Amino acid sequence: MSIASIEITGHAEAVALLPTTGGDLIPHPIFSTYVSDVGDIELVQMYTDLVVARRIDTEATALQRQGELGLWAPMQGQEAAQVGSARALRASDFVFGSYREHAVAYLRGVDPTMILKLWRGSTHSGWNPYEVNMTTPAIVVGSQMLQAVGYGMGILRDRSDDIAITYFGDGATSQGDFSEALGFAASFAAPVVFFCQNNQFAISASVAVQTTVPIVQRAAGFGIEGVQVDGNDVLAVLAVTRYAAERARNGDGPTFIEAVTYRMGPHTTSDDPTRYRDAEEVARWKERDPIDRLLRTLEHRGLATPQMLADTEATARDFAASLRAGCIGTVEPAPESIFQNVYAEPHSLIDEERAEFVAYHGILEPGSPEIGSREIGSPETTAGAR
Amino acid sequence: MTTLSLAKAINAGLRRSLGSDDRVMLMGEDVGALGGVFRVTDKLQAEFGRERVFDTPLAESGIIGTAIGLAMRGYRPVCEIQFDGFIYPAFDQIVSQLAKIHKRTDGAVTVPLTIRVPYGGGIGAVEHHSESPEAYFAHTAGLRVVSCSSAVDAYGMIQQAIASDDPVMFFEPKRRYWDKQDVDLDGIPTLGLDDARVVTEGTDLTVVAYGPMVATAVAAAREAATEGTSVEVIDLRSLSPIDFDTIERSVAKTGRLVVVHEAPVFLGLGAEIAARISERCFWMLESPVIRVGGYSTPYPPSKVEQYYLPDIDRVLDAIDRSLAVQ
Repeated sequence: MSIASIEITGHAEAVALLPTTGGDLIPHPIFSTYVSDVGDIELVQMYTDLVVARRIDTEATALQRQGELGLWAPMQGQEAAQVGSARALRASDFVFGSYREHAVAYLRGVDPTMILKLWRGSTHSGWNPYEVNMTTPAIVVGSQMLQAVGYGMGILRDRSDDIAITYFGDGATSQGDFSEALGFAASFAAPVVFFCQNNQFAISASVAVQTTVPIVQRAAGFGIEGVQVDGNDVLAVLAVTRYAAERARNGDGPTFIEAVTYRMGPHTTSDDPTRYRDAEEVARWKERDPIDRLLRTLEHRGLATPQMLADTEATARDFAASLRAGCIGTVEPAPESIFQNVYAEPHSLIDEERAEFVAYHGILEPGSPEIGSREIGSPETTAGAR
Repeated sequence: MTTLSLAKAINAGLRRSLGSDDRVMLMGEDVGALGGVFRVTDKLQAEFGRERVFDTPLAESGIIGTAIGLAMRGYRPVCEIQFDGFIYPAFDQIVSQLAKIHKRTDGAVTVPLTIRVPYGGGIGAVEHHSESPEAYFAHTAGLRVVSCSSAVDAYGMIQQAIASDDPVMFFEPKRRYWDKQDVDLDGIPTLGLDDARVVTEGTDLTVVAYGPMVATAVAAAREAATEGTSVEVIDLRSLSPIDFDTIERSVAKTGRLVVVHEAPVFLGLGAEIAARISERCFWMLESPVIRVGGYSTPYPPSKVEQYYLPDIDRVLDAIDRSLAVQ
């Protein structure tokens, strides 16, 4: 890591509540009160969330290696940033995610089998956004932020105290849509939380390629309050996101959160991070692992009992098993489904092409499983999403 | 009947949509107090308030991106892109987001957005104010693309576009903004948004045009009539989808087709129409389909734009060339 990037991602200002080496919580003059209700039960629940999230990730990576998925974008290392922020939301809030927010989707109630469908190549989405109030993955980096702001503008007009939250990475902050989103959010005082997971890399490019100042400082130029949080501290992330959500609900407009974390794995299963970062750097961040971090606090409080750890492991194992079964049992779309839902209303060209397609393929019964089954693209031929 | 310019007719249509559906809102650059640089949204902010008719920051991607979010929340935004040549910063939000969200979500999310775009040349403007970018959007699955050519159609079509559950690109022929027609403000459109319209009937040759070129085509047909040639003019109205049935019926009768638009001929709407009609009407055609349009150059400075834009003489020349093939 270059000197510049160390300055950019330095932890000096980042909010932290969980100690890195165990012991009592670190008091914070503003943010401690935002998690004063979090007791032993809640801490254990978040630990389970983190462990299940990691298991989703490792299981999905295994499924990709076995040819069941075309691609996967691992989130290992970022679980606390996602679990802490997602736990700060109401069911009626709306999430505009990027493509790596698997733990957020899980906590919104998305069946993880549905999360895998996109990466399997069975759909471009995977779930109904309105059933869980979370969009399906946005592959064009940064495209979702403006949509979150517009949704927030709609919340304002509805006189609702719901909020919108949008997730994005450090790379996305270089996109024009990022600046436009901050500008629109500030001008309209939209109830939006901008949640940046600074995982240090845009595929191979270090965050130092994107910015010469800490990302959180970008917000100030738009008149938006920015908070930098230790993204591997699930409790601090929860506190900071609750703070930002409260501001939005109270009519104080947008807040920008930079969660400083690290992408432990590759950008996607097609990526080879050994080409652009050294093992020592990865080892340093492994010492800051978000799950180990919380576990040390649980141990300090006597909560890490063999029973609790066994229960958590069993939960994660059962989850992985159902995920695997669901993925392998995916019913693939029928060929003629490519013509469905292109438009909401009838469209003569689509009708004409579908008729030609059906006639050409001799499809007598739409949706027949024989015609619906097909090979999944191999990793070599599957283009990596950014 | 009320005599209205095309711009005033759109204004009246917007007013009616705003009045009949609380979810409709207008947004864009200078659409509020100013009423838009062409005054198409004149007085609508005063009438419906700043929450429903509002100025945005000067950022086209931002306009479309936030409008998508508003639509996802249940609103029906009508966005104004101030000039044709300013739409490109919004290209990703239109082509990769707006057009694809319904399909991406397997139909769960509809995005009933209308994007108004004053387009085309002939007004002596500076660069980026005279372009015809409609083919980019007609080429994109998931978008409906329409263009009005008259006040009557403008009034009806803008309301139909807003009422559509699909995203609609609404191209307004800015050089015809001041053309007047009698409009029945209580009337219900007789044609669907996707339907082409036979403007003048004829038997010798068919001219298909849309937007600003319809008036040019009609004038050419009138001129041709004085020389004894009967030209049928079709106003395409919808550029995606295209009402090929109406064109086919006409060509079955005339056997000859000329397509006219301001946009460059190369890979323009005329290319698609020529190909389709060649497929559908191969044995009925008396001569090759001829296209008249802009050249494969950037839109020229206004002092020479008349050499770029199709005019009555170029349409008549194409008619003559078609008729010369026996």
